[in-house]
Amino acid sequence: MTSIIPKEQSSENKKDLSTEEHEDFRLFGLIAFLIADGMTFAGFFAAYLTFKAVNPIGPDAIYELELPLPTLNTVLLLVSSFTFHKAGKLLEKSESKKCQKWLLITGALGVAFLVSQMFEYFTLPFGLTDNLFASTFYALTGFHGLHVTLGSIMIMIIWWQTRIPGGRVNQENKFPFEAVELYWHFVDGIWVVLFIILYLL
Amino acid sequence: MTISLKPNNSPPERLQPTGWLKYLSFSLDHKVIGLQYLVCGFLFYLIGGSLAGAIRVELTSPLSDFMPREVYNQVLTLHGTIMIFLWIVPVVNGAFGNYLIPFYVGARDMAFPRLNAVAFWLIPPSGLMLITSYFINGAAQSGWTAYPPLSITTPAAGQIIWILSVLLLGGSSIFGGINFIATILKLRRPGLKLMQLPMYCWAMLGTSILVVLSTPVLAGTLILLSFDIVAHTGFFNPSLGGNVIVYQHLFWFYSHPAVYIMVLPAFGLVSEILPIHSRKPLFGYTTMVFSIMGIVVLGLVVWAHHMFTSGTPPWMRLFFTIATAFIAVPTGIKFFNWVATLWGGKISLNGAMLFSCGFIINFVLGGITGVALAQVPFDVHVHDTYFVVAHFHYIVYGGSVFVIFSSIYHWFPKFTGKMLNENLGRFHFIITFIGFNLCFAPQHWLGLNGMPRRVAEYDPQFQLINQISSVGALLMALSTLPFLWNIFQSILYGDEAGDNPWNALTPEWLTSSPPPVENWEGEAPLVIEPYGYGEKNSNEPQEVNK
Amino acid sequence: MPKLSAIITLTSSLILGVGGVWIAYNVDMLPASASINAPVYDELYRVLFIIGCILFIGMTALVIYSLIQFRRRPGETGDGIDLEGNITLEIFWTAVPAIVVLFVGLYSYDIYDRMGGMQPLMHDHNGHMESQNERVWGGIGSGPVEAASSSNSSSLPIELTAMQFAFIFHYPKGDIITGELHVPIGREVSLKMESKDVIHAFWVPQFRLKQDVIPGQPTILNFTPTKKGNFPIVCAELCGPYHGGMRSNVIVDEQEDFDNWLRENSKESI
Repeated sequence: MTSIIPKEQSSENKKDLSTEEHEDFRLFGLIAFLIADGMTFAGFFAAYLTFKAVNPIGPDAIYELELPLPTLNTVLLLVSSFTFHKAGKLLEKSESKKCQKWLLITGALGVAFLVSQMFEYFTLPFGLTDNLFASTFYALTGFHGLHVTLGSIMIMIIWWQTRIPGGRVNQENKFPFEAVELYWHFVDGIWVVLFIILYLL
Repeated sequence: MTISLKPNNSPPERLQPTGWLKYLSFSLDHKVIGLQYLVCGFLFYLIGGSLAGAIRVELTSPLSDFMPREVYNQVLTLHGTIMIFLWIVPVVNGAFGNYLIPFYVGARDMAFPRLNAVAFWLIPPSGLMLITSYFINGAAQSGWTAYPPLSITTPAAGQIIWILSVLLLGGSSIFGGINFIATILKLRRPGLKLMQLPMYCWAMLGTSILVVLSTPVLAGTLILLSFDIVAHTGFFNPSLGGNVIVYQHLFWFYSHPAVYIMVLPAFGLVSEILPIHSRKPLFGYTTMVFSIMGIVVLGLVVWAHHMFTSGTPPWMRLFFTIATAFIAVPTGIKFFNWVATLWGGKISLNGAMLFSCGFIINFVLGGITGVALAQVPFDVHVHDTYFVVAHFHYIVYGGSVFVIFSSIYHWFPKFTGKMLNENLGRFHFIITFIGFNLCFAPQHWLGLNGMPRRVAEYDPQFQLINQISSVGALLMALSTLPFLWNIFQSILYGDEAGDNPWNALTPEWLTSSPPPVENWEGEAPLVIEPYGYGEKNSNEPQEVNK
Repeated sequence: MPKLSAIITLTSSLILGVGGVWIAYNVDMLPASASINAPVYDELYRVLFIIGCILFIGMTALVIYSLIQFRRRPGETGDGIDLEGNITLEIFWTAVPAIVVLFVGLYSYDIYDRMGGMQPLMHDHNGHMESQNERVWGGIGSGPVEAASSSNSSSLPIELTAMQFAFIFHYPKGDIITGELHVPIGREVSLKMESKDVIHAFWVPQFRLKQDVIPGQPTILNFTPTKKGNFPIVCAELCGPYHGGMRSNVIVDEQEDFDNWLRENSKESI
């Protein structure tokens, strides 16, 4: 049995990946990256939960975390995911002006989250090095906050890109938009897990 | 949705460096990047090897008399870190993976060529940073494992630079992993099924899954460690309320899969080399695939066998004993299959084959001591002794490095278009094999009899064996000379290799040596039986090199 | 012929098996055995060594045999045999290692138990676990759980503080502080250990016991010496530049000599 099929006999009609046109798998790559990023958070969560189980810091030292602000944060992020999704739908229909509006709202919600988080940091009774719980709290929320910052910046960039007439991000070139949207949903998802583990449990 | 992407999104032809200069440039060509990884990795091997030489010189006497003690600890830390993150991981993954995978899936390049280049170019600065840290304020001196509180109490600058360097190298590894997964799963030539891929693709797929899942956890851990060092948090500092065992769990969650990241690609490479040089199909393709996946899954759940004496509950120790021991089953299958591949073959005793067979012999020994170490009561005596040092050197050197040499002998003709001198190759093998075993076999006895690891001074009763080991190390060092001579001689004056000196069937051999930029003139060949060797399959007279 | 190859395989396997056992019993790679625990350990070592020898010699022989028997002679062209797989063989060499590994695992569990590894976590004397300090990890070496527990009266409690770069032993009875460990032969010693700074480890090769000494979390190691003499205590966890020099001695005496030493060194009258 020959193991090499000579060129003439190859009757495949599918797209030849060796030429110019091929499937866009940049989203696949992004998903793989987000899995990796998720695992970093997983490491932090595992550390936090282990510390909580094995290194109790005494009943007087565990601070009751106020819930209203973080709950607001959760709402902000969840709503922003919806607004982002809505913007995406509008992009598909090439309604660029409306899409930009919803993108702006999403970005604003992201910034609002960050402002709210800063406010929470300033009003908390503990600092980074006060005790193990404090350190882990700031490490986790800080690392997440970094992701929100990055995401908000990227939303603004995408907004700008859709704004330019004949802009680079439009119905044909959707990938940058989809990528930032996926990233944003990921950040949102991480927050939900963080909210449950850090604030509720 | 399709996009029109030029597969090689590089600057126009006239702006690209040509000749050997392209290897110093930000090239997007996977073949160039692969060789960049290989040469850069080998340079770090020489540096890491010199550090090992310094260690073995120190250990020829039972006193700490060759270098200051702090320096010795820096030397052993850098030796481990360089060998793992700057030599083996980049070469078995980045060098051979980047060069070969596009050929094997029938593509012109990797899925993300720019990411590929970025991943490579993270390596030289990280390595440079690591090495220069020694000259600035002292390098890290807490071992490549960087256990706190030691890593928090030793001089901070060196440790922080070490952390930064490892974070960058980990990032490089993750980018590579994403690229390999996307290429193997998405970029296959039409008509090519997963179960028709050469085994190295499966090995790289499994390895890349491990990279993507476990390396980020190390990143997170080292970030927390750096906070402890610079911000005086107490994650792993007991005097501030932290827990040192948590560090160990987090660290080993990556670092155990790390050893599979170093060894699985080597397994894949051997599966390519043995069939060609014994002119027989790879034995048991399907089971080989399943055993790779088995190793990947099990590899993620055995990390705490590095912590048997740390302070973990008995039930945890037992679980990890059983799980670790079971990895021996899929691994053993592969070795039996390789021996079966040799059996009944027409074997060419060249450099590639000899180093692969040396790998089998060495790794079996390393695997046996591994199963022994997996048993908690056995490990209690030999943990953190030279027995462990012997074990893992049999795996990473006797295993991965032997395979790297084998692969260089095998693919050098394809990379350069020239043949290596096989007599020099056999000589190189003999000196390396003897030197390696002379160096590391006696270390099993040292560990069992009471010599701990990471020491510059030891009980004088161990001196003779240490000296024998150091002679072995000297032989290993000397063995690089015929190898390097062979490489340079052959690049300049070697025989022309032609397209397919080994008369092989995999796609990289079905094009010129070295291959053109687009890998093949015209369409990529469809190879559905990459191991179609064996008497029934030979339909033309075979021209085989010695 | 198949029959001849079957006979050859069987005979060589037998030789391999017997050879492995012979090597394991005649090649001694361990130091003297000086605790109740050590012979149990040596038993496990011997079994692992036998299996290891058989496997290693067998595989190496097969590789070398193949390289010689199936090498390409000068002038030979052509391929090897077209053998892509053999289900029976593959099932055989999946099942056999799985059984061996299972056996080794279960046997190790038995050894681990006989060495005292299944001791549950030690709590403080009241059985409460109020704060982190009371959490103590049981080390190996206490003997089977059904046997006398570590807190019985005949066990000698000693406290070890490890620091960069020394082992400091404290005998609660007599309030003795010493850099060397004195113990009587044949009596269980219960070592409660903690580190003042970085992670160290307490290792006596002749006892076949090792336990990391950790800051912030006491660990326990129990042992019963069975031989008189002077044995090294080795630090087995990188703890800084003088890690290699961090050693001490455990001096095992007859009960009377030990009592004398205790009396001579104690600060209070016993």
